[in-house]
Amino acid sequence: MITVENVSKSFVLHNQGAAEISVMAGASLSVAQGECIALVGASGAGKSTLMRMIYGNYLTQSGRIMVGDLDVVTAAPRQVIQLRRTTLGYVSQFLRVVPRVSTLDVVAEPLMATGSDRASAEAQAKTLLQRLNIPERLWQLSPTTFSGGEQQRVNIARGFAYPYPALLLDEPTASLDPVNRATVLKMIAEAKARGAAIIGIFHDHAARDEICDRQFDVTRFTPGLAA
Amino acid sequence: MSDYNFAYLDEQTKRMIRRAILKGLAIPGYQVPFASREMPMPYGWGTGGVQVSAAVLTPEDRFKVIDQGADDTTNAVSIRRFFEKTAGVAVTEATTEASVIQTRHRIPETPLREDQILVYQVPIPEPLRFLEPSEVETRKMHSLEEYGLMHVKLYEDISQHGAIATAYAYPVKVEGRYVMDPSPIPKFDNPKLEMAGIQLFGAGREQRIYAVPPYTQVVSLDFDDYPFEPTKADHACDLCGATDSYLDELIMDDAGGRMFMCSDTDYCGARRAAGHLGAQGAPLAEDAA
Amino acid sequence: MTPLLQVEGIAKMYGARIGCTDVSFDLYPGEVMGIVGESGSGKSTLLNCLAGHVQPDAGAVRFDTRAEGLRDTVTMSEPERRMLSRTDWAFVHQHARDGLRMNVSAGGNVGERLMAVNARHYGDIRDKAIDWLGRVEISADRIDDRPTAFSGGMQQRLQIARNLVTGPRLVFMDEPTGGLDVSVQARLLDLLRGLVREMGLSAIIVTHDLAVVRLLADRLMVMKDGHVIESGLTDQVLDDPQHAYTQLLVSSVLQV
Repeated sequence: MITVENVSKSFVLHNQGAAEISVMAGASLSVAQGECIALVGASGAGKSTLMRMIYGNYLTQSGRIMVGDLDVVTAAPRQVIQLRRTTLGYVSQFLRVVPRVSTLDVVAEPLMATGSDRASAEAQAKTLLQRLNIPERLWQLSPTTFSGGEQQRVNIARGFAYPYPALLLDEPTASLDPVNRATVLKMIAEAKARGAAIIGIFHDHAARDEICDRQFDVTRFTPGLAA
Repeated sequence: MSDYNFAYLDEQTKRMIRRAILKGLAIPGYQVPFASREMPMPYGWGTGGVQVSAAVLTPEDRFKVIDQGADDTTNAVSIRRFFEKTAGVAVTEATTEASVIQTRHRIPETPLREDQILVYQVPIPEPLRFLEPSEVETRKMHSLEEYGLMHVKLYEDISQHGAIATAYAYPVKVEGRYVMDPSPIPKFDNPKLEMAGIQLFGAGREQRIYAVPPYTQVVSLDFDDYPFEPTKADHACDLCGATDSYLDELIMDDAGGRMFMCSDTDYCGARRAAGHLGAQGAPLAEDAA
Repeated sequence: MTPLLQVEGIAKMYGARIGCTDVSFDLYPGEVMGIVGESGSGKSTLLNCLAGHVQPDAGAVRFDTRAEGLRDTVTMSEPERRMLSRTDWAFVHQHARDGLRMNVSAGGNVGERLMAVNARHYGDIRDKAIDWLGRVEISADRIDDRPTAFSGGMQQRLQIARNLVTGPRLVFMDEPTGGLDVSVQARLLDLLRGLVREMGLSAIIVTHDLAVVRLLADRLMVMKDGHVIESGLTDQVLDDPQHAYTQLLVSSVLQV
């Protein structure tokens, strides 16, 4: 479902003396449907970078990244947008929302964007929020004032609202207490069971071992860090 | 006779005005620019109408001038005397006997014939002016038939007054193409704009001439659910008893006494001469001057 | 799929000075394109060339008209272009005063475009105006008030209602939140976002405010000195800027 072939990335910092920093070289990886892969490696080795490259948020200098039938590296912007809407989900570390939108609307949005009517989208959103223990009195409020843990759970609810065939999860269990952590792991397992291809970053080793089938060490492809 | 050229204007000027008139007749409702001359009366006193009349009069014509329907106001009298002096044409107060009628702000009640010409005095020829001050823009709107703004004006009337409040100078669409200001005639007169006579409109200060040929379609603008109504005061003329003519209201005293009479003096007089009398009417001979 | 707008090689010079040059892109239905740059970058010149307010010196702007497919609007006759700008296109000005009739009521402002395409039933026009005022969060009891009685944010929302009432397919926006208080901006952006999604609009938004494009635009073009120096997905250009100027622009934004 997700295939990364020989990708390289470097940053050129023009305003700092045109310093060129090569952060990845020749990385290759593939994830089948129903698999969950953990990206591992020291902080700064390139785990989030690789995830962002797959999502199209970062440009890839060379190589191919196939998600389904689309090569993200050479795709037109509207193709990537379409991919993000219906195929590839991404739960980042931080919740980024538009001000004034209620929690319920934030979670329902991926469903509405893929054609669900408001009523059923809201119903599903409510189920998810309940599952993640977000109290009902918060549903009409904007999540911008919530605690870190609450924001993270809203973030996850949004990421799992629509059954994406491929998912990218960056620290999904960070800031969560044991109960919610277990719920999230269960949700990831359910996604696996329905055939989603999942790439995750977990600093929580126990969670990683519980849910992931394989590990991928990005350090092998980080110039200057290769062991 | 006098030392003036016939009807005051020189022949070249008359030719220029006639060209404008022909163009106006060829494009009904379209405002034709013309080189308005300095006339021996100030702007705002009918110079446009006077120039058009001067250009169309011939020595055989019989000329009538009305001002708000009356032949005997100062302005009507002045203009009539002007043409008596400079053109030597016969004059009359009887609508049926006139071949050229110059008018300010009314159409005669008596329907005109194919051999008659009606010349209107026009202050502001541009119907869109009050909503769109730019001349460049209004010319574009006319040429591109962009008249949405005209309906905005009517919309505003209804939203503010519950009905289209425009009582005079009510805009019309001519031959399905140009929107025209019929000059400040009461909306009651709008239906008469479809007539057998030739209608010429002159605006001296604004330097525009426009025209409506005989039997041209002239439709007053409205909304489907607020149709045009040519309303007048719900009275009969107190002098002649007419129920179908536009009325002037005269305050008689300070106790609320008032009288309604036909604005068209010739129409009223003719009816009284034929024996019709209204509530306060007396036989014609007893009228004060 | 046919692009809604196909821009090819647009250039506008002011004597020897470059207004904008060599701009080409395709815009598809439902896409929002942001154009950012600082003062003098050429973004407003470009927008005016695209919207037909200014005649470009070179290039084509092909729009997918309903009746005749792709037509170059640069070479179109003026009546056709004016008709397009009253029906399929909309233009939201930076200053609401430039996009509204200040001496006409709110209802009249919203109804004008309808009346311009021959709506002739007062009741229907008024109902539609009330509906649209509601959608831009202006209370219905203000329908007969003049825009002079409105706050800046309300005037801007009225301008949006006036433009969208005929269901255009392409909206041009020039600094739509410029000059408004921050809280008012947030509300307006949220409204625009919702309307764009709901109506499936395509939009081209010129702004110097990166937060606005991040919120509203799918794609981004960065302009400097009349040239497009970088373009791509909005989040990609902002998170992984390639060009020196883009990097400078992004790093200059204060994080609150």
